[in-house]
Amino acid sequence: MSQVRVLVGTKKGAFVCTADASRKDWNIEGPFFGGWEIYHVKGSTVDPNRIFASQSSGWFGQIVQRSDDGGKTWSPPGSSPSELKSPHGFPQGESNKFVYEGVAGTHRWYDGTPHPWEFKRVWHLEPSLSDPNVVLAGVEDAALFQSKDGGATWSELAGLRQHTTGQDWQPGAGGMCLHTIVVDPTNHQRIWVAISAAGCFRSDDGGVTWKPTNKGLVSGFMPNPEAEVGHCVHRIAQHAGRPNTLYMQKHWDVMRSDDAGDNWYEVSDNLPSDFGFPIDVHAHDPETVYVVPIKSDSEHYVPDGKLRVYRSKSGGNDWEPLSNGLPQQDCYVNVLRDAMAVDTLDDCGVYFGTTGGQVYVSPDGGDHWTAIGEHFPSVLSVEVQTLK
Amino acid sequence: MVRITLPHHLRNLAQVGQEVQLEVVAPVSVASILDALEAAYPVLKGTIRDHGTHKRRPFLRFFAAGEDISLEPPEIALPETIANGREPLMVVGAIAGG
Repeated sequence: MSQVRVLVGTKKGAFVCTADASRKDWNIEGPFFGGWEIYHVKGSTVDPNRIFASQSSGWFGQIVQRSDDGGKTWSPPGSSPSELKSPHGFPQGESNKFVYEGVAGTHRWYDGTPHPWEFKRVWHLEPSLSDPNVVLAGVEDAALFQSKDGGATWSELAGLRQHTTGQDWQPGAGGMCLHTIVVDPTNHQRIWVAISAAGCFRSDDGGVTWKPTNKGLVSGFMPNPEAEVGHCVHRIAQHAGRPNTLYMQKHWDVMRSDDAGDNWYEVSDNLPSDFGFPIDVHAHDPETVYVVPIKSDSEHYVPDGKLRVYRSKSGGNDWEPLSNGLPQQDCYVNVLRDAMAVDTLDDCGVYFGTTGGQVYVSPDGGDHWTAIGEHFPSVLSVEVQTLK
Repeated sequence: MVRITLPHHLRNLAQVGQEVQLEVVAPVSVASILDALEAAYPVLKGTIRDHGTHKRRPFLRFFAAGEDISLEPPEIALPETIANGREPLMVVGAIAGG
């Protein structure tokens, strides 16, 4: 019988939640890595029991953890389970070494002055669609790293950061982070990334070379609102069956591209606010899209005290609020960019987590919602694995 | 044997108790102690000092013989009580709420 496994990253640890296909009764395990910020947890589609987690701390920096048993046990990659079981066993891995390729150079700081590139943390882990030992990491300060040994060692795909525009990239309020990685399921050489606040970039050669793909984006905070780079892209989503169609939640504006990001057009239409962070696509319908509008860039909580997911069944525009089972008064949470996911069961499940510590599931594409848990630490990321 | 005490999260990460004991080649300094610590527990590389520059992470401090030595050059020789293991080198995380 099918199962789903929901991977929750929070400000104080990670949680693994499992249920059968009805998605009604949940078993919650954790916290794993209690007390650490877990920016992202994501499993391999090739080997679903292999799961990677980004564990970080302002005190102790970055650690990458890996589970090979579906989230039951974890260790920094580089240590075999047998080593850890020995009487004097301890992790041998060095999974936290992220060193920029060559001379790191500078990017533009908030005040416009040059600022050295400094590694801070891993925001997003994207396991390969074909090899369980290969995984990409999007990091702050913005760069893309790759591991080919299951996360034990990392090397930079430096063509992105060394793009001619790199010296002009500036951080947003949350830091200069590479937070989104999308790999074309039909052509693994094609990769999109999104950086706050540089924009969207695409590689057609497996990450060696990159080009900005921001045509059509308009950002009023920039001297040139239609500049090639500098846009604060919050999230990009794709339907596996139609990889050239991309949806984007930008700082303001919900956008769509039908040519792999070469050109974007706005599809915000009747949303109560087109500011927000996550965006995702129904697993079986590339024209059904989900966003969570947030009041404004100055007030990071849902409008009117009501937690509502908005769904468009027409590829953007014509949005409808989904609120059945969600709090509709006195609610002032946010939903962060990596905190929404969909499963691939016949009746597509939609999941999201809030800064207030709630994780919700809708087993029917958004029509009805229930809480998997309501008292987690503030949620940073939500991913789901469909196990058949 | 030189003794080192570690903060809670680093003890969990390295799967050790509150105190680690290590042979450290003289002269015993913060740098030589951390070299020995990282050689014995590679997972701690990068968590106390930066991988490349070996600069102390900003929210960690070093205490030896009752003194905060965080701002001293890491190669400076530590007191005899640390070198002979009578007292531990303490790696301490900054207190913070939230």
